[in-house]
Amino acid sequence: MAVNGAPDAGRGGLKQLALRERHEALGARFAPFAGWEMPLQYEGIVAEHEAVRGSVGVFDVSHLARAWVRGPGSAELLRSVTTFDVTTVPVGKAHYSLYCNEQGGIEDDVFIYHLPDDQWLVIHNAANADADFGRLHAVARDQASEETPQTVMLAVQGPEAVELLTSVLGGGFAALEPRDCAELDWGGVPVLVARTGYTGEDGGECIVGADDAAALWDALTEGGATPAGLGARDTLRLEAALPLHGNDIDGTTHPFESGLGFAVTLDDEAPFTGREALAEHKEQPRTRRLAHLVAQERGVLRAGYDVHVTGEDGEMLGDPLTTLTSGAFSPSLRIGIGMAYLPAQLARPGVRLAVNVRGRALPVEVVRRPFYRKQG
Amino acid sequence: MSGDQVPDDLLYTSDHEWLRRDDASPDEATIGITDFAQDQLGDVVYLDLPGEGTEVAGGDRFGEVESVKTVSDLYAPITGEVIATNGELEDQPELVNDSPYGEGWLIRVRIADESQLDGLLDADAYRAQLPAN
Repeated sequence: MAVNGAPDAGRGGLKQLALRERHEALGARFAPFAGWEMPLQYEGIVAEHEAVRGSVGVFDVSHLARAWVRGPGSAELLRSVTTFDVTTVPVGKAHYSLYCNEQGGIEDDVFIYHLPDDQWLVIHNAANADADFGRLHAVARDQASEETPQTVMLAVQGPEAVELLTSVLGGGFAALEPRDCAELDWGGVPVLVARTGYTGEDGGECIVGADDAAALWDALTEGGATPAGLGARDTLRLEAALPLHGNDIDGTTHPFESGLGFAVTLDDEAPFTGREALAEHKEQPRTRRLAHLVAQERGVLRAGYDVHVTGEDGEMLGDPLTTLTSGAFSPSLRIGIGMAYLPAQLARPGVRLAVNVRGRALPVEVVRRPFYRKQG
Repeated sequence: MSGDQVPDDLLYTSDHEWLRRDDASPDEATIGITDFAQDQLGDVVYLDLPGEGTEVAGGDRFGEVESVKTVSDLYAPITGEVIATNGELEDQPELVNDSPYGEGWLIRVRIADESQLDGLLDADAYRAQLPAN
């Protein structure tokens, strides 16, 4: 058997997590991701995935960049470079948004948190952190600062996550509604919390100073959270049909074909990067859409596999229509799932196509998103 | 399993397959992947294995194993005819992880050329070529 993966990479040149020793002690396997050496898995991807779907898991997501914009006019400065009208986001709320280029392509997807005293936190994907901060700094200048290394960010996700976070952090967490954010006092330690995540489950995300992070990690794991790595984070987000920047969305895809139109505000007058192109895209008929595919037979879909129309016997016809932007084995559904941009007339639930799985035509069907919806 | 189990009584390939000669029928052998291999793959979710009657050739690809994170080809340790395929793996591919040398076996073959067994590694030789941890 030839092992194609590279489960354990070298440490050369990669940024290390502040909680590296905790992950090592838990037997984590590490993999390089966006310049960081990240825990890929501990016990195993499926077990960690099931822990998040069934009870609660904790992810160290400190690779996500944490940029701040502070002071008067911060909302307007942010609005000038992002697609959602954040000036409508009240204090204590978070909202999903995008950086687009002048063509309306998605340069990154972000979460923006409105905190008291004109403070705004923007969470950037690690791979885009430098470019994103450049966009912020270009307009906000000294009002913008990136404070990633000083803190640790933990995502606590699953049906028991809110209960765990409440027992660890106190009743302040229980008072939060979905997408609320607040700073809580954890026995004298400030912890920034938000009821957000990237798994399709309820839960929260915590940002804490690096010096206090190990204590919070320990409290969460001792309280019952299963440590979960990037492997499970990917299968969870894909089941929830949440796009991954760099795979499913990038500078060549626009939000209206990616199912992200809700993150674009055009009914105000405020200028922002990409506004003209986005207004045009919105009015044009879609030529393609990001579609959600479920395998109809055993097999695993993976990013980069070709998608074909099929003949009467299910054989693949002609040149590939497109390639999968994401793909995985869904631990919850026990079948292959994936996403791909399809011509708009084919991006309809019930359409049957085939994915070329190393020469085998694996039948797939277009379904409505998400693949998996949280229980209860 | 933990990834470092190498039973003494099996033969191995450098591609991380094992072969167990059948005591009762010495012209038959069972083939699987090693504990190291299953540990490197992670959760196995799908196997494509040849059906009974298929001829596999020593050193050639005979199927593939997919885990959540990767897919790998399977190589036949020796030449022979497939006389059984582990049907349990269709519904329980995780047996390869849980019991790589037992319930997670892959195929049984009728040995075509006994001399090919001499080209396989014994447990010590296989252990010696695993990466040190």
